[in-house]
Amino acid sequence: MTDTRDEFETSAASTGPPPLLRFVAAKAGGGVVSLFLVAVLGFFLFRVLPGDPARTMTRSTPVSAEQLAALRHRFGLDQPLYLQFRDFVIDLLHGDLGTSYIYNRPVAELILERVGPTVLLVGTATVLAVLVGLWMGARAAWHQGGPVDRWFTSVGLTLWSVPTFWLGLLALMAFGVGVGPLPGLFPVAGMSSANVPAGVVPHVLDVAHHLVLPCLTLVAVIYAQFMMVMRTSLLEEMGAEYLTTARAKGLREDLVRRRHAVPNALLPTVTLIFLHLGLVVAGAITVETVFSWPGLGLLTYEALRVPDLPLLQGTFIVLAGSVIVMNVLAELVYRLLDPRVRDS
Amino acid sequence: MSAPPNPTGAAGRRLAALAEGWRVYRADRGGLFGLAVLSLVVVLALLAPVLTPPAELDVTRAGGAPLRPPSAENWLGTDESGRSVLLLTWWGARMSLLVGLSAAVLSMLIGTVVGLVAAHFGGWVSTLLLRLTDFFLVLPALVLAIALSTVLSRGVLTIVLAIGVTSWPQTARLVRAQTLTVETRPYIERARALGGGHRHLLGKHVLPAVLPLVFATTTLTVASAIIAESTLSFLGLGDPAMISWGSMLKSAMDTGAVTAGAWWYLLPPGLGIAVVVLSFTLCGRVLETVLNPRLRGERR
Repeated sequence: MTDTRDEFETSAASTGPPPLLRFVAAKAGGGVVSLFLVAVLGFFLFRVLPGDPARTMTRSTPVSAEQLAALRHRFGLDQPLYLQFRDFVIDLLHGDLGTSYIYNRPVAELILERVGPTVLLVGTATVLAVLVGLWMGARAAWHQGGPVDRWFTSVGLTLWSVPTFWLGLLALMAFGVGVGPLPGLFPVAGMSSANVPAGVVPHVLDVAHHLVLPCLTLVAVIYAQFMMVMRTSLLEEMGAEYLTTARAKGLREDLVRRRHAVPNALLPTVTLIFLHLGLVVAGAITVETVFSWPGLGLLTYEALRVPDLPLLQGTFIVLAGSVIVMNVLAELVYRLLDPRVRDS
Repeated sequence: MSAPPNPTGAAGRRLAALAEGWRVYRADRGGLFGLAVLSLVVVLALLAPVLTPPAELDVTRAGGAPLRPPSAENWLGTDESGRSVLLLTWWGARMSLLVGLSAAVLSMLIGTVVGLVAAHFGGWVSTLLLRLTDFFLVLPALVLAIALSTVLSRGVLTIVLAIGVTSWPQTARLVRAQTLTVETRPYIERARALGGGHRHLLGKHVLPAVLPLVFATTTLTVASAIIAESTLSFLGLGDPAMISWGSMLKSAMDTGAVTAGAWWYLLPPGLGIAVVVLSFTLCGRVLETVLNPRLRGERR
């Protein structure tokens, strides 16, 4: 115990910028580099790899050589690659993601319109999945090897093995359309109905009604990861001496778990939750496609069908970029939460 | 020199290790279930051209009426063009397994090479590779796979490539960690002292020690690769000429099987994916336990 305290004091007394500030700067710098890599990747994927974007854009329609040349000139494709990349980065920094081919509107505008629904869907689903997953994971670990553990683990693993979109299709058929005598209980598509009376409360209720099926589908598939992470994390704490101390104090088993074991197991779980955010985003793409939820996932689907390369590039950069930003934030939060890693 | 006398030599030692591994593996019911299911599915998939008439997969020569529920003729009903759903699901298994396995192998190759190089050479190479690995680890793999399969020409190879190049970071991290552990052992130092070059060290000493763990992870990667394949096919990025479980579900959605309540069309391909993915996951988890004794106490 005293050793750790000594370490803390020496590091606090050392000269130079405070370690926390240095840490934040390093993490933020890493994040910026990652975001730049996303931009490079986006450029490479959608400008370099397709060979001739003008041809890809006009894949389904016959065009003359002059038309192709005009298209190339319009999109600046007749310039050398490094100049194209420079222009691309400058545009990106100005928030200009190009013009969508199908909508004939700025990509940034289209994306901004769709961010809200995706944040609502992904946010609600993540919060629910984390709550359910952590609760179940803690229970499973506490009764390791028992029937609760076996049931939670096998149900979670099974749901995790199921493709998100298939579960969505089944939910849509069973609860949206209705099977046999069962009527459709929830709307089958979109985010709101046209015939809802004016006012805030009816609108919120309507959106919530539309949200139920896509959200629960997403939760069902992703909660298992959080459960397994929590379970493993808590199992590592199980033999710890402070738990014996807590029990020796006469605490009930329930309190030992809630007040002592779970808070400690929670810390390593935080970063892993954010590391899995990419999978949540992946799930959102297919869930939005199945339920026609007007978010970034559906926009991606619309873009890849054509394919609308500028739009797809935009959604790629925004989705990948936001996952990276969330991860950097997670590392910062983790650092603030856990004094043990403050000096590592 | 201090090794215990072993009359059977290296081969015998390996055989004994294998037998011990199998003993641990056998104790897990989930692992046995996974192995049994996978063997059955693989055999059925391989025998599909022998046991079933491939001509009936042709839309123009389909036997039944469109979107009919299960009957004595078509046990699992028919799809939108009157083909047997049972037949489609059977043939779809070939595609899903093929793509899943190939993509996992590709991912394993990339991950192993990156991990080995990052751990063995150190210095700026290692820093760069680690940085790259972390970047790809955070990047949403499906989003990248969608981008890749959109810009490249449609086909099986593209799907394999798209999944393979987006799913290697976990393997790379694992191989790196394992290589670092292995390289601290005395026999590596001995080989180095005897003048073994990088290729000799990595090929003869490090790789054999790392490979079993890679194998276990790859089993888990197959599971996620099959899900990724079905997702990409579902989004319409697969080979349109091929039948896979994902493309079946895509046609089901596109032709209104959901609103028609055609559960017989939706259930078989999805259950196929779920059962195969679950089996690979179960096998992979047990293999991890077999190879990593530290996990043994945790799960039984």
